[in-house]
Amino acid sequence: MNENLAVDEERDMSEPSLSEYSEPMDQPQPEETRIEVQGLSVHYGKTKAVKNVSLSIKSRKVTAIIGPSGCGKSTFIRCLNRMHEVTPGARVEGKVLLDGVDLYGPGTDPVEVRRKVGMVFQKPNPFPTMSIRDNVIAGFRLNGMRDRRLLEEKVEKSLHMAALWDEVKDQLHQPGTSLSGGQQQRLCIARALAVEPEVLLMDEPCSALDPIATAKIEELIHELKESVTIVIVTHNMQQAARVSDFTAFFYMGELVEFGVTSKIFTNPDKRQTEDYITGRFG
Amino acid sequence: MQSEPQAIDRPFIQSGRSKASDVRVRNLGDRVFYVTARTLASCVIVLALLLVADLFRGAWESIRQFGLGFIVGTTWDPVARIFGTLPTIIGTLVKAAIGLLLAVPISIGAAVFITFYVPKWVRPIISYPIELLAGIPSIVFGLWGLFVMVPVIRTAQIWLKAHFGWFFLFDGPAVYGVGVLSGSVILAIMVIPIVTAISRDILLTVPRLQIEGMLALGATKWEAISKVALPYARVGLVGAVILGLGRAIGETMAITMVGGNAFTIIQSLFDPVHSMASQIASEFTEATYSLYVSSLIYVGLVLFGITICVSLLAQLLIWRLSKGKVAIFE
Repeated sequence: MNENLAVDEERDMSEPSLSEYSEPMDQPQPEETRIEVQGLSVHYGKTKAVKNVSLSIKSRKVTAIIGPSGCGKSTFIRCLNRMHEVTPGARVEGKVLLDGVDLYGPGTDPVEVRRKVGMVFQKPNPFPTMSIRDNVIAGFRLNGMRDRRLLEEKVEKSLHMAALWDEVKDQLHQPGTSLSGGQQQRLCIARALAVEPEVLLMDEPCSALDPIATAKIEELIHELKESVTIVIVTHNMQQAARVSDFTAFFYMGELVEFGVTSKIFTNPDKRQTEDYITGRFG
Repeated sequence: MQSEPQAIDRPFIQSGRSKASDVRVRNLGDRVFYVTARTLASCVIVLALLLVADLFRGAWESIRQFGLGFIVGTTWDPVARIFGTLPTIIGTLVKAAIGLLLAVPISIGAAVFITFYVPKWVRPIISYPIELLAGIPSIVFGLWGLFVMVPVIRTAQIWLKAHFGWFFLFDGPAVYGVGVLSGSVILAIMVIPIVTAISRDILLTVPRLQIEGMLALGATKWEAISKVALPYARVGLVGAVILGLGRAIGETMAITMVGGNAFTIIQSLFDPVHSMASQIASEFTEATYSLYVSSLIYVGLVLFGITICVSLLAQLLIWRLSKGKVAIFE
């Protein structure tokens, strides 16, 4: 696909954005929308954490959500796989369409949603009672998969995808928590990928990691976007600039600006965005 | 207020060589606190040792007479002056085991429900009455058991014997109501509050992030609980069960009232049988000569030994469960 060819060039942020690539009309639209958010609002009790946000997340692209602490970016991302429902008292209005299907529509099972939209958390959270191998297939196994050979294949494939295989292939039966922080986070990514999600949500995945581990995860994000759509929350603006194709700037629960990353970081439309990016607040 | 953080630094005060001595002088209050705490702590150990020593002293006459044969002896004949306590050991362990078998699923189920399925504000409404049960004196349980529960169990026994009498557990020679089954049920009821309360506290320590991690993989709530939360908490849960077992083994009053108090090796669930504790309680006033008294104290010593074994086994189990794995409580 054309899109895959474009990926490598995409890494250079000085390149024109993908939207400016000219595509023949008969080719499949490269910027296919995977998730369409329409008028999303989230309340916690009386506080409104996310206010009427609409944006569309493109398939096989990295979308970064930036903004100061408490701006609702984590809440927003947790709405994309209905994970916020775990928090008591949260209420959602609006629509989140995944490939045109409303995640909040009647008859949509949050369990199904989470299989299609995986998530990686701020702090690495491997399951301490499971080995590395069991951690990877913890989710994959849920649908009753017993075939040993398939499971082993899955373990290897997922760990390869998470760029962790070479580091752990000789210690698959060690507990997942025996790894370093960065490795644990990649293990969690492997675990999420094993379920073969269409979208991977990352909620500040590097905030608990050192710079080297962070660089590895960022590199991994570049590789992963060939196969999955990624939404990443980050409070590190350099990170957003490095890894993402699109950036959404949230402030006080509102979506201030959303667009191609290179534009947001070089020539934002809104004053607030510019102030935040240049470090005047936040 | 000041002494609290310093008390944690105790090892540093203890090996104060490495630090300037003025630190110690400045923290005189902390030092006093430390010495006081250490003294009180050692008192507890000394008391425990004295207790064991006194048990041995009291049981000595019987130990000399019967030796370890006392533990496997099946005759308890005060007239012939022959004592052995195997039937009560069996009675104690069987009742405690069945009691736990009944109590543990209920307790852990209740704890899971309270922790994961109930809004925060409802939790105390459910758990407070359960904990209240723990405060009821055991004689009250005994009375209730004898007058309310035993007749019900007796009806059940008659029915079971009539329909399933071919199964040896239900084929008691007599159906008195009081016996192994009643004892086990009353023990279960008495153990449930403790095990529930502790299990709930343990389950509340399972980090949200662990459960969310599993939910994010497309697990149902039950899958997240059974595959992540319960394994994460398993060491603590085992601890809770062991505490319950300890209570079940040592329970005296209620078991004296509904356990049946016969000195026989049990054949079925309906047989009346002494527990070690109930035997001591019910016979101590009748013990008219020193070997008799000494033998009852010997029973107490054996009971003490069993309790210690149980707690050591628990330690071993907990150690094995957490061995090689990451510390469950980080």
